[in-house]
Amino acid sequence: MADPRYIAGKKPHPRERRMIFRNVDRSGWDASIATYRKDGGYRELKKALKMKPAAVTDEVKASGLRGRGGAGFPTGVKWGFIPPDNNKPIYLICNADESEPGTFKDRYIIHQDPHQLLEGILISSYAVGAKVAYIYIREEFPEGAVILERAIEEARTAKLLGKKILGTDFECEIYIHRGAGAYICGEETGLIESLEGKRPYPRIKPPYFPAVLGLYMCPTIVNNVESLCHVKHVMAMGGKKYAQLGTPRNTGTRILCVSGDVQKPGYFEIEVGKLTMGELIEDLCGGMKKGRKLKAVIPGGSSAKVLRAGETYTIRDGDKEKTIGLPDIPMDFDSLAACGSMAGSGGVIVMDDSRDMTWVLNNINTFYAHESCGQCTPCREGSLWMKKITDRMLSGGGVPSDVETLVSVGNNIAGRTICAFGEACAWPTQSFVAKFPEEFKKHTSRRNIGKALNPETKTASAGLGD
Amino acid sequence: MVASKDSGENLVSVQVDDHWISVPRGTRMIEACKQAAAEVPHYCYHPKLTSPGNCRMCLVEMGMPPRPSPGEEPELDADGHAKINWMPRPVIACANTVVDGMGIRTQSLLAKECRQGVMEFLLINHPLDCPICDQAGECTLQEYSVEHGNGQSRFLESKVKKPKNVEIGPRIRLDDERCVLCSRCVRFSKEVVDDDVFGFVDRGSHSVLTVHPDRKLENNYSLNTVDICPVGALTSNDFRFKMRVWFMRETKSLCTGCARGCNTVVGSREGKIYRQSPRENNDVNSAWMCDTGRMEYHQLENPARLTEPMIKRGKKHRTVDWPEAICRAARDLTKFKGEQLAIIASGRMTNEELYLTRTLAESLQPGVVDIVKREGEGDDYLSHCDKNPNVNGARKVLKIRSPGSKLKSIRKRIVEDKIKALLVIGEDLIDCGFTEGELSSLQCLVSSHIIANPTAKMSHVVLPGAGYAEKRGSMINATGRLQRLNKAIDPPGQSREDWEILHELNRAVDGCDGVTELADVFTQMASTLSIFKGLSLSRIGDLGVDVMDTGETVPLLEREARRVSEGLIVG
Repeated sequence: MADPRYIAGKKPHPRERRMIFRNVDRSGWDASIATYRKDGGYRELKKALKMKPAAVTDEVKASGLRGRGGAGFPTGVKWGFIPPDNNKPIYLICNADESEPGTFKDRYIIHQDPHQLLEGILISSYAVGAKVAYIYIREEFPEGAVILERAIEEARTAKLLGKKILGTDFECEIYIHRGAGAYICGEETGLIESLEGKRPYPRIKPPYFPAVLGLYMCPTIVNNVESLCHVKHVMAMGGKKYAQLGTPRNTGTRILCVSGDVQKPGYFEIEVGKLTMGELIEDLCGGMKKGRKLKAVIPGGSSAKVLRAGETYTIRDGDKEKTIGLPDIPMDFDSLAACGSMAGSGGVIVMDDSRDMTWVLNNINTFYAHESCGQCTPCREGSLWMKKITDRMLSGGGVPSDVETLVSVGNNIAGRTICAFGEACAWPTQSFVAKFPEEFKKHTSRRNIGKALNPETKTASAGLGD
Repeated sequence: MVASKDSGENLVSVQVDDHWISVPRGTRMIEACKQAAAEVPHYCYHPKLTSPGNCRMCLVEMGMPPRPSPGEEPELDADGHAKINWMPRPVIACANTVVDGMGIRTQSLLAKECRQGVMEFLLINHPLDCPICDQAGECTLQEYSVEHGNGQSRFLESKVKKPKNVEIGPRIRLDDERCVLCSRCVRFSKEVVDDDVFGFVDRGSHSVLTVHPDRKLENNYSLNTVDICPVGALTSNDFRFKMRVWFMRETKSLCTGCARGCNTVVGSREGKIYRQSPRENNDVNSAWMCDTGRMEYHQLENPARLTEPMIKRGKKHRTVDWPEAICRAARDLTKFKGEQLAIIASGRMTNEELYLTRTLAESLQPGVVDIVKREGEGDDYLSHCDKNPNVNGARKVLKIRSPGSKLKSIRKRIVEDKIKALLVIGEDLIDCGFTEGELSSLQCLVSSHIIANPTAKMSHVVLPGAGYAEKRGSMINATGRLQRLNKAIDPPGQSREDWEILHELNRAVDGCDGVTELADVFTQMASTLSIFKGLSLSRIGDLGVDVMDTGETVPLLEREARRVSEGLIVG
């Protein structure tokens, strides 16, 4: 059973609250259905099938579960958007296109606990009335696809798929669909287009809201891997009990993926909002690297707006407002939004004082310029333009007008595109330049023109005068 | 104009730039703005195609009346409309439909900034090769640049390189660097002519338009993509580098390639036609035409054009002036009467020409009058299998019951020496099965043509006529629509418009006919034939009028109507 993907027996941090990741790195655990069932697997499906589908949806609504893919939209409310008089087939799609840089949670669920996902999909399909569910898995997870195929075969053999599931009238098939290596396939309407065999050009909304006109123009629910797994736990606990986890409006647990300049990067499942940014970095991740200070954090995947150490934010505390610093921000949807960023997909990228922010932004810009689908003008042309400007800044060709141009290009993208990629690629530029203006000015000041950043270290602006 | 609330259930009130108008429910915002004379610039939007909303040029500010809670009265403005809550995000005007009480701002700071931003994005990687671009002068990049662009470029980087001068089909070239990726050509090919040959490859700023690697853009409607391309990405091999568009005179006319009668615009300069493109007519050809029809104008440039009247002496033709030719033709034709004389006219003639042929026949009393049938291949879009543009006109004006049915008996009676004289207008009889022997046995053969052909060669009198773009007149298309042909250029040399030739012949045979200009012919015709009653040449207008019910429909228009009813396109 020596599988290199497992760090069997690695203990979760005591401040974690593991539900979704209960079996990740668990001793004696494997991805087989036998192991899963021995542990009580598919019990929640049985429970759900005894309820009316609408009652399952009501539980999910009561749980306050918010989508874990990035937007944080309430899952039960999303399900409720299927038109009541619908007579077309309904589809459920599991979005396993986890591709937001800094995010690495869904892959562990898929690799180590695929049946949890299948159970979540089956319960959700039952609730929304889908007889066919697709798992759209990114091309870069070839192992994951194999594991899921195997899990689906096991489930079929166990009569958990197909007709008459667990002896009821519920029928459902789950198919794996592999992506071909494009970030935009994680955008739900782009994903749907891709699943239909076309280029993943996101659709305009209105009119193409997936719950009404989704896959093959039929009502379609697209949920993230982690969100679907939570549905299983909502069934296990009951919506109300689940809602007591975390904080009000930010219920349940969620997995944070910490990367960057911390001692112990990794994944941590916490109760939403029960931990602050400082606690996450200091306690769970063992603090910053030796001798280094916290400089900035991107709290929700690379598209989230950057937060700068030393900044203060005003957030609501009950009825009152209070002023807090970066380490005090509770890790939940609303607080991070109030601080001007977002919880996004849970990818926390920590940067210390050795990082040159222009280089960081250039790194992000390179990603988004490469991943822009090219359908609509602002993102297609603007994402590469921003990358080229930061490229030039780093190679010593910056000019004083660059900073202004860079921000205005970002401003001309955000809010003006077909899909949220516009924001995803503009927010880094807008926030990095706004929060670290001195670093960008350094790269564009007349004195420093011609001075390239040390390509080896990519660190600090050591070679650059003020 | 303030729309009253009770102006009809299907009308909604919309505020466009502070003015309230009322438009039908379901109207696209961009069309509502157009009705309010607030034209919203756009690239990807085309009323005949689906709206992908990809160019983002039509972003406008939008607001909605607040939804009052039960029992609460909405706050009203001075006009009695609910106050509008403006949305912080701009919306595309092309794909969104209006709702009652909606507000649209096309001139707000946000709307202007959006347009300016998109213009800048579209131009940063554009080659800016307007001096050598065929689209110059009718390019929306140029036009919108003036109105919505920046005076200066902020782009200091090197531009993205893309394929240029790509032969994507026999008639069209693609310049990917000029392409704004609006997908109009992709959608036209897929949605209108079922030829899904275009596609985009690569992504981001490196996205390029291309055709499927194993295929070419060679359907018979391919050139429509050049028309709808808002920039110079798709250019027509036929037109490129020939003429600057601003030098061309545009004449509204018709295609005479088949019985469809597609409405056209003929572009010409100094007596030469440079291109012919479709003109929108939703009762005839939507906004399209076939490539075959579009290229028809080249027949007018045929080096074998007849440019002078000719009379045969012995075996040779000699050129003469018009009075002599007309005089000779009239003298020869009047020698024969009844059974001895036949007239073969053409379904390509205008109603006016057919009418003058009819009056001529009333004087000459020929035993038989017929036209030549011209059947070919049609398709499920616009191209009609009847390649004569005006058979319905021949039926109505010249009373031809069954076109071409009498040609066989004419031949027979020529062989039997019963028919001794023949007047042929616009047809090559050798091409219709007549033999040289038959024609040479005639004592009198008078014919009118535009291009030298065997029949002309056999004729005793040859009268050079005008091509379709060199004359005025009317025609009735396959669905019974009366439409007007307009003169774009003069006929070459001494050749004349056919109605003039026939008018002269009439006068020579019968004296005064009361006609001084073409409009008089139509007036006479309208007083004789009931289907033209109340009409005049000018009353036909640019889009024509229905004068017959032929029971025929246009498949392409029916499909378009279906897509309109499904809300997929505006139409």
